[in-house]
Amino acid sequence: MTYIQLAYGDLILPALLVVMDGALSLVLRLKLEKQLAIATVRMVLQLVLVGYVLTFLFSAVSLLWTTLAAFIMVLFASREIVSRQKRRLPGIWSYGLGATCTLLAAGTVTMFALLTELGPDPWYHPRYALPLLGMILGNTMTGISLGLDVLTNGLVRERAAVEACLALGGTRYQALLPVLRDAMRSGLMPTINAMAAIGLVSLPGMMTGQILAGVEPIDAVKYQLLIMFLIAGGTGLGTLAAVIGGARLLTDHRHRLRLDRMLAEKTT
Amino acid sequence: MLTVHALKRLHISASFDLQDGECVALQGPSGVGKTLLLRAIADLDPNEGTVKLDGTLREAMPAPAWRKRVTYLAAEPGWWSDNVQEHFEGWEDALPLATRLGLPSHCGSWPIQRLSSGERQRLGLVRALMLRSRVLLLDEPTSALDSASAAAVESLIAERVSDGTGVVWSTHDDAQARRVGSRVFVMSADGRIEEKRP
Repeated sequence: MTYIQLAYGDLILPALLVVMDGALSLVLRLKLEKQLAIATVRMVLQLVLVGYVLTFLFSAVSLLWTTLAAFIMVLFASREIVSRQKRRLPGIWSYGLGATCTLLAAGTVTMFALLTELGPDPWYHPRYALPLLGMILGNTMTGISLGLDVLTNGLVRERAAVEACLALGGTRYQALLPVLRDAMRSGLMPTINAMAAIGLVSLPGMMTGQILAGVEPIDAVKYQLLIMFLIAGGTGLGTLAAVIGGARLLTDHRHRLRLDRMLAEKTT
Repeated sequence: MLTVHALKRLHISASFDLQDGECVALQGPSGVGKTLLLRAIADLDPNEGTVKLDGTLREAMPAPAWRKRVTYLAAEPGWWSDNVQEHFEGWEDALPLATRLGLPSHCGSWPIQRLSSGERQRLGLVRALMLRSRVLLLDEPTSALDSASAAAVESLIAERVSDGTGVVWSTHDDAQARRVGSRVFVMSADGRIEEKRP
């Protein structure tokens, strides 16, 4: 397995393409130069930093360090979930629900892959565990944030319908079911779309990376299939847990809709 | 018999009894808290106080079971499905009530989107009546209706009252309050209710 190694100097010419975007922004007065510059600097710093961190983690092969890195990834994912919500859940649950569901879904699916199909030695080897977790986490996070967003907005929009069902003696799950279904559908849709378009419209990044690194395309495809199956499972599990958890938080034991528990709509 | 004692929700505070087969009218200016009171009795919002049906505490039974016995009907009922009959467990059984309130016999297949406010209000009432609840908490149930439809609703509710159903009927119409209610309660701005003497 061979691949063409890149030096930092090799990145200067491609980076000029970003400079070109900046020039376009100036000429067309898009006012994106500052954002573009900050995003570029952030991307470079974050990726270089993660490169060094991964290098350290791969050489250490420590359960403690790997777990710590995974935990930090989950925390950032939950922060991202919260930032994508138009309406937020109350108190600690604002972060807690996203973090718990992400951890539950992505953690379970990653462990499943590590302990059954991949079986690295040791099982927590960061070279496998962290990239796998990262890919599943990214997609699970999208599913959870979309699911929660549709749930909270749907409950506000469909309040009269939900309360009509409750007033007629429906349980909170009967009353919320149409909104829960919409939330689940929205959470799963990006994954289903990605699965349908993969290979025809898009070549996934991981597979492309493996091919560039010299892996036979058919072997890269097998890895990609594994990842997609894991992503589908993780997204389904995470979205279901988040949507049901959100529904429980926005109702109470007397089967009342508790929109008062939701924080005010985000204005930015 | 429904017993409401020291029921508190936000600024409202109410105590009264409702006998079986009795209809009381509830009046008061808009925004004074009539809807809050009816919703609190149905336990749709957090509230404090004692509410009993035939001596059984509301909290002694699951909330859905309570609401099947003590049913709140909003002035603008909500709809969770696309067409009318999907909101009824047995549309055929509900049809006689719907036609009695002036709705056509084929309205079961109508999409909810095409219903007028008055049609929604009458179908909402039919849906609630199908539960055969012990107590009905009606929140301005004829506010979107013409006088003929309102009379049909009053007549239908009067039959239920004579069959033993207890009704609390919120209305802004003084004449209607006198017609339907054996007693009239008036809610004041401080959230308290008092019986209006003739």
